Amino acid sequence: MANRTIIPFGPQHPVLPEPIHLDLVLEDEKVVEAIPNVGFVHRGLELLCQKKSFQDMVLVAERICGICSLIHGVGFVQGIEKVMNLEVPERALFLRVFWGELSRIHSHILWLGLAADAIGFESLFMHSWRVREMVLDIFEETTGGRVIFDAVKVGGVRKDISKETFTRIMKQLDKVEEEYKQIAEVFIKDFTIIHRWSNVGVLSKENAAKLGAVGPTLRASGIKSDTRMLKYGAYEKIDFEPIVEHTCDCYARSLVRVKEVYQSFDIIRQCYNKISEGEIETKVTGFPTGEFFSRVEQPRGEVIYYVKGNGTKFLDRFRVRTPTFANIPPLLQMLAGCDLADVPAIIISIDPCISCTER
Amino acid sequence: MFEQQEIINITKEELLSRVTPLFKDEYRLVQICCTRLDKLIVDYTFDKDYKFLGLRIELPLEGSELPSITDVYFAAFAYENELHDLFGIKVIGNKIDFGGKFYRINEKTPFNKKQEA
Repeated sequence: MANRTIIPFGPQHPVLPEPIHLDLVLEDEKVVEAIPNVGFVHRGLELLCQKKSFQDMVLVAERICGICSLIHGVGFVQGIEKVMNLEVPERALFLRVFWGELSRIHSHILWLGLAADAIGFESLFMHSWRVREMVLDIFEETTGGRVIFDAVKVGGVRKDISKETFTRIMKQLDKVEEEYKQIAEVFIKDFTIIHRWSNVGVLSKENAAKLGAVGPTLRASGIKSDTRMLKYGAYEKIDFEPIVEHTCDCYARSLVRVKEVYQSFDIIRQCYNKISEGEIETKVTGFPTGEFFSRVEQPRGEVIYYVKGNGTKFLDRFRVRTPTFANIPPLLQMLAGCDLADVPAIIISIDPCISCTER
Repeated sequence: MFEQQEIINITKEELLSRVTPLFKDEYRLVQICCTRLDKLIVDYTFDKDYKFLGLRIELPLEGSELPSITDVYFAAFAYENELHDLFGIKVIGNKIDFGGKFYRINEKTPFNKKQEA
């Protein structure tokens, strides 16, 4: 039997923008087991619901993460709106989808850049992030923010987009898509990328289901599951099918994200064509009473917001289960049996967001 | 459009016998969460083909114990460590038990205390 060695991976590592630690048990160069360690910067944001009103908690929810900020807000307000029986204006629901899909585009392009960087493809990293900047410009123009938007509120949205601005933004998005096509082709066809990610970090369809994988990690293992198919909000009026890949490896996970960016462009166009004039918020009176598990699809997968109101402005419970938290057990499965040199590529392939996990 | 959510109240003694058939029926473990009221309420959430199913167990505020479901759903290990570190629930038989060091926090069981508004 080969000698066993334990190598600590993280919390500081060039491939990790945020702190997560893994104890990698090796036999020669092969990983036989990985023990995860999170909790370095646990913030306890969930407890703030007992000190801040349910309306202020939207701002807390949006600050859980700087990448998928808006969708965190949507998940939370959707739960509150359910327990308060609020009828949200259709225009507000479409605007949430518009910004949500824009968030997905910027998150996936951000990931593509980081993934390219993790395998030493610096120029692709820079081009990816250059395109992402164009998306952030649209956020800045429509919400005033580039990272945290504060665009969502209980009962609707805080900001509207005029018809002229919307039309101009759609033209900008055409340009973004043109630029994106050039980098997407590299991710799909480049020999080095295919060679580096194919048959690496394989998560079988059976294991993905058993271990509770979510988002692109799940869909890259051949399972057609996307929380947006619950048809929450304006997704009820949007036509789309989840993107699925079947090779179950790092390359498949990148392909799912590459294709989901195109899908988000399409959903945004549907929003533009289907959105009608009208109110962007409904008046909120009273306090939440009751409970609901609100589920929405983040760029990284399904996120759950549990809200329990008690008839006062404070909630009894505000609970968030983030997609990265759900993807840690599947990650351990992917790492078992891999080469040490593949560990960074495999970890990055689940698109870990520790900021979300340490909510 | 909001999904229908079914929540079934069970006892902790029933937990494994309720969870095992769900695993065999290919339900996905979505999450485990605890809420502190005048007692602790633990929710196990499952999903199959976008159908939401919850199992709910009520426990006393202090000295609570639960059997681990990691023999059935391995992915539960993280949630069970969370239940221990944040709420002080002792989970027996967790396959990856961090022994109270899952979260590096200074305060013991911070979520099992009433916060001052």
